[in-house]
Amino acid sequence: MEHSIDDTSFRSLADEAAKRWPGQVQVNIDAPRSICLLGCDGGCLEDVCCWAFSALGYRFATLVVEEESEGWLLRYIFYGKSGSGQLHILLRSPKEECSIPSISGLVHAADWHEREAEDLFGLIFTGHPKLGDFVLHEEWPGDVKPMRSDFNARIPNERRELDPEWQPQSIVQADGAFMMPIGPVYSDMAESAYFALETVGEDVIRTIPRFFYKYRGVEKISEGLPVEQVILLSERFSGTSAFAHSLAFCQAVESIAGVDTPPRAKALRITLAELERLRHHVAAITGICGSTALLVATSQAGILEEEALRMTGSFTGHRYLFGLNTPGGLSRDFDNLACGKLADDVTALTERLCELNNMLRYSSSFLDRIEEVGAIQREQAITYGLVGPIARASGLDWDLRRTLPYGGYEEVAFEVPTEIEGDGYARLRILFREAEQSSAIIGKIARALPDSEIAKPFQYAAGKALGWVEAPRGAAFHWVRIAEDGVVSRYRLTTPSFTNWHGFHLAAENFAFQDFPIIMATFGLSNAESDR
Amino acid sequence: MSKWVLKGLRTGIVTTCYPDRDETAPGVSPGRPFDKESSIEIDRCPTKALVRYGRSISVDYRRCVHCFRCARGEQGLVQWQDGYEWAAHTDPSRESFSLGDVFRTSLHIRVIDAGACGACLSEIEQFNKPYYNIHRLGFFVTPTPREADVLLVAGPLTDHMRMPLMKAYEAMPTPKAVIAVGACALSGGVFGPSSYPVEAHPTVSPSTWPSPDARRRRWPSFMVCW
Repeated sequence: MEHSIDDTSFRSLADEAAKRWPGQVQVNIDAPRSICLLGCDGGCLEDVCCWAFSALGYRFATLVVEEESEGWLLRYIFYGKSGSGQLHILLRSPKEECSIPSISGLVHAADWHEREAEDLFGLIFTGHPKLGDFVLHEEWPGDVKPMRSDFNARIPNERRELDPEWQPQSIVQADGAFMMPIGPVYSDMAESAYFALETVGEDVIRTIPRFFYKYRGVEKISEGLPVEQVILLSERFSGTSAFAHSLAFCQAVESIAGVDTPPRAKALRITLAELERLRHHVAAITGICGSTALLVATSQAGILEEEALRMTGSFTGHRYLFGLNTPGGLSRDFDNLACGKLADDVTALTERLCELNNMLRYSSSFLDRIEEVGAIQREQAITYGLVGPIARASGLDWDLRRTLPYGGYEEVAFEVPTEIEGDGYARLRILFREAEQSSAIIGKIARALPDSEIAKPFQYAAGKALGWVEAPRGAAFHWVRIAEDGVVSRYRLTTPSFTNWHGFHLAAENFAFQDFPIIMATFGLSNAESDR
Repeated sequence: MSKWVLKGLRTGIVTTCYPDRDETAPGVSPGRPFDKESSIEIDRCPTKALVRYGRSISVDYRRCVHCFRCARGEQGLVQWQDGYEWAAHTDPSRESFSLGDVFRTSLHIRVIDAGACGACLSEIEQFNKPYYNIHRLGFFVTPTPREADVLLVAGPLTDHMRMPLMKAYEAMPTPKAVIAVGACALSGGVFGPSSYPVEAHPTVSPSTWPSPDARRRRWPSFMVCW
């Protein structure tokens, strides 16, 4: 099969690593999961990560920090092009030793992961240029490390008095330069986030974002909870991509238990995931039309968005696909006739979406606003490890449904659209093209569902695994460890919004003030998804 | 640009007939657990939203997060009732609360995201879109708290949003009110109680996870001053 995992690639990787660092790197293979595991010490960590990223062209997925009784376990997860599987680079460090060499100078995509681990675990990444003031804002006492096991997340937390003199840091030093703050409460109904726009007048030179106003500590409050409870958190920390994230979590749990979902559940999960992607993309298109103040187009897209929500509501009983994924399958079955009708409705909606696209393509005033706005070059997208429609608009054809096929996507034929310009218009075109692809996938799958049970009886097992999906906004990775007593002992969430907000400042540089909402809308990211 | 004008005219009016007629669009109200005779264990509810009165089961809508677990599965299920309006007053003895005649014809709302997952905000966004078009009923979403009569708070109120929320509230002219949207804002939902999200302020009035229509219907009757 074209996209199946090449059984030899992660093995050859293991051989090569053993040859390059003899005696320094412990090599292991997890063949059923196509993972090459490399155990490193602090001395060769940078070399190994640099080799994976620069020489092999692997992408950085996530950094998972785990606190074990004897010390820290850091797991740097990389993945290669289609068929290469995953590479896990492990670093163990004694508990009292909190200094870890920073890799973000070589693998810049790890930058925010290291900053987060510094804030939440109190690890020091030596050589990192900027640590502190990231997840935890100034009201948290400096010595509180909320992800450590000795921190109790179930009792109210003591706060520090706020410093009324606190000012965000500014970078631009020039005559007449000033900072224009936006947020955390701004616009009509935007998500809470803060952006400091540094300007000398009309043009904004640099944007410094500050996030985590919505930090709910999902990773921490999941610890010690049974899987049934954590699945609620996994779908409700980001309501606009609830199905994708609960699917990633379920896949991790299923991988731990060694359960394969029935074919009907797989087909329906793909249908629902694509329905969510379609709805998300229509909502993002509405946002882009709205940001350019093209009112009729905004209304037209808004009509389609509400219709997609109603379609979802009438099909599943919930407008945002809550309560459907369950370990082993889905919580309810769907009638074949209803699935056929869904496919018809989706096709009809997509035709109207195409019509809207054709009208927008020839509206010069609209194109003037989004063309060459917020451009991200391909090299930048690689360096920052950007994912999803934003990366694909900059010429990267990475899509986890193809790169690391999961949950039945191996069998599905679809196109991964890419554009090269990387500007706002390229991102809009990607949204339209991906919506069409999602619609085509639903059309094919929902009309010919296999007959089988909808969920396998499920027995939880202890263990650890990575679950991943291509969420509507891009690659999402859920690392789950289940303890012997059946509760979740570590849940690490890496979301596409977190990954892509990291590169937002690249798009928000040297632009006119009035373009800010447009850059934001063409990024279409969620702070709920990023802040967790 | 005339093509857009023509497109708009051709589309006509899609706005719902509410309040003249009931809103029946799918998913607008997901329903609620309501069973006159059920023997199931109410502890099964992950957010402890089920309430037992003798043999019948009802729901504490401040806690229900619509996980549908009591409606699906293999063991003892609870019947759900359709078309329930998910909006009410904090104090059950008070059917309605009015801000007074000043706001009878128009009400300005400042939406605050205090850690919402995005679904509530997406629903609130539908207010201003053609299907619901809240302007026609005299509700206006305003970007500044200085013009706002009501703070509409979504999400479980995180630590970091406590100060921005208080500042927004203090910046509002009196009389003013706060409305909480969704189970997260009312009870912490699936997130609370923990040291990150603060438990809902006890005087914030309830609603739950509603769709735009359910929310709009009874607004004037469930406001509470902070």
